[in-house]
Amino acid sequence: MKQLNIVLQGVGSTVQLLFRSLSYAGTLPRQWPRFIEQCYMIGYTTLPIVAILSFFIGTVLALEAGYSMSDFGAKEYIGSLVGLSMARELGPMMTAVLLAGRVGSAITAELASMKVYQEIDALTIMNIPAAKILVLPRLAAVLVMMPVLTVISNIVGWFGGSVVARYVSSLGISPEAYFAALRHFTKFKDVMNGVEKAEVFGFVVVLVCCNIGLNTKGGPREIGAAVTRAVVTSLILILVLDYFVTKVLV
Amino acid sequence: MDSPCSKTRNPFTGAEANAVGVKVDAVCKSYAGVEVLKDITFEVQPSEIFVLMGPSGSGKSVLLRHIAGLELPTSGTIAVDGLDPSLEATRDRVRLALVFQDGALFNSLSVYDNLALYPREHRSGDEKAIRERVMHSLRILSVEDSVNKFPSELSGGMKKRVSIARALVTEPQLLLYDEPTSELDPVMSATISEIIATLKNEYSVTSLVVTHDRALALTISNRVGILMDGELVTLGTPDDLNKSKDPRIVDFLNPKIDIKHPRFKELETQAPA
Ligand SMILES: Nc1ncnc2c1ncn2[C@@H]1O[C@H](COP(=O)(O)OP(=O)(O)OP(=O)(O)O)[C@@H](O)[C@H]1O
Ligand SMILES: [Mg+2]
Repeated sequence: MKQLNIVLQGVGSTVQLLFRSLSYAGTLPRQWPRFIEQCYMIGYTTLPIVAILSFFIGTVLALEAGYSMSDFGAKEYIGSLVGLSMARELGPMMTAVLLAGRVGSAITAELASMKVYQEIDALTIMNIPAAKILVLPRLAAVLVMMPVLTVISNIVGWFGGSVVARYVSSLGISPEAYFAALRHFTKFKDVMNGVEKAEVFGFVVVLVCCNIGLNTKGGPREIGAAVTRAVVTSLILILVLDYFVTKVLV
Repeated sequence: MDSPCSKTRNPFTGAEANAVGVKVDAVCKSYAGVEVLKDITFEVQPSEIFVLMGPSGSGKSVLLRHIAGLELPTSGTIAVDGLDPSLEATRDRVRLALVFQDGALFNSLSVYDNLALYPREHRSGDEKAIRERVMHSLRILSVEDSVNKFPSELSGGMKKRVSIARALVTEPQLLLYDEPTSELDPVMSATISEIIATLKNEYSVTSLVVTHDRALALTISNRVGILMDGELVTLGTPDDLNKSKDPRIVDFLNPKIDIKHPRFKELETQAPA
């Protein structure tokens, strides 16, 4: 019962924070420097790890697909499998998971430390809402950066798959054949589908991490606890939302 | 004391507003069942300097946070200029600033940006005007050399001064100070007293100062309240306080340094022979 209460409170305060932030949407043009800074934090710092992980996911996909599809004599279709799974599922999902680990944790740590050291109180007294200068720029930035990150993840993953398809001796599929199969089965719509998913994941991750950070109570020890809570909550939400968003989009 | 109808003047815009008072009425506050503030009632008159003293842990900071609207009392009411300070609308109408006990500077911003944040967000003037205002405020507290430093690069006393400067930039009608001189040398402490007095005399700013600084409390204040264990045990002019016969107050204001205090005896008997 108590657990349920905590969950409901969390949902309530998150929704409230969302509406509060959105009510300041008109100030976004004036907050341009903050928006750019957050784009940098979210996009640029996450990019390398997204690229590395996507590359290896692509290779593993191609490897697994290669072994099982060889049995049917269909290994020419590796490209289609890698293409579709990357675009529709693994690209957006991995990007969101990395976002939660890399950016979400940092957001919660920063906001929680601002809360614990009374910086948020100082803002409140100055009548500068945290939702306006701390949350809104981050939400806007994640909406802009998620598609970019996801598309890069897709491309790197596809490329990773093609490397395996070409150089693993049991497969030996030329890049031309690989990408022909990929193009034939992976439509623009599939990529867009993935991007929309990623937008939902990214937005929710950032919103939840902001909310948990801003609601931290107590001393410095709570900062670590808040970060853990934020990342775990984000991961669960990504997986749960994945099912529902996929169901809506299919 | 000034008449209640005195005006505060915004030195930058020249805009005038009524000096604001504070009314604390029967305020109690408990944290998890522990009573920290017990039925506190007092008033701060417009453009008065009200000093709040009391032993460590007596609830002074908690009381200031309530007046600033950061916390809600368990029971009782607080009014700043007749309005509930916890509402955004009130802070829109009444310019209120709080100098936090440990500064609460924005760690990710330079000293300059810490001070410029308020005028920028509230769009008071162009960048040049803001710069002048920020530098002026830093000069008053002689920390203009640190303008490009970050809070982590400042000493404790410098942080305190920057946070007072940050409060001044907001042109407050009501200034709440939580131990503004606790980390400062005697000369700087005197300067802070001068600043508080000047703000009152020139701009009719109302000040509520929590301090352990007797010189500040007894020279510039209009009235002094003493808080002990969450209770307001006395309230009066500095003169009243000096004449007080209440042993708690006499002991608090004139602590004796007793190097033969029994608490050391305990240590000695516990030490191995
Ligand atoms: N958030 C809180 N939760 C629980 N107890 C609190 C909280 N804040 C303060 N207290 C308790 O309230 C009492 C008063 O604290 P407060 O910080 O107001 O003391 P103070 O008078 O400012 O002391 P000092 O002169 O040392 O700054 C203390 O006993 C403290 O433990
Ligand atoms: Mg205190």
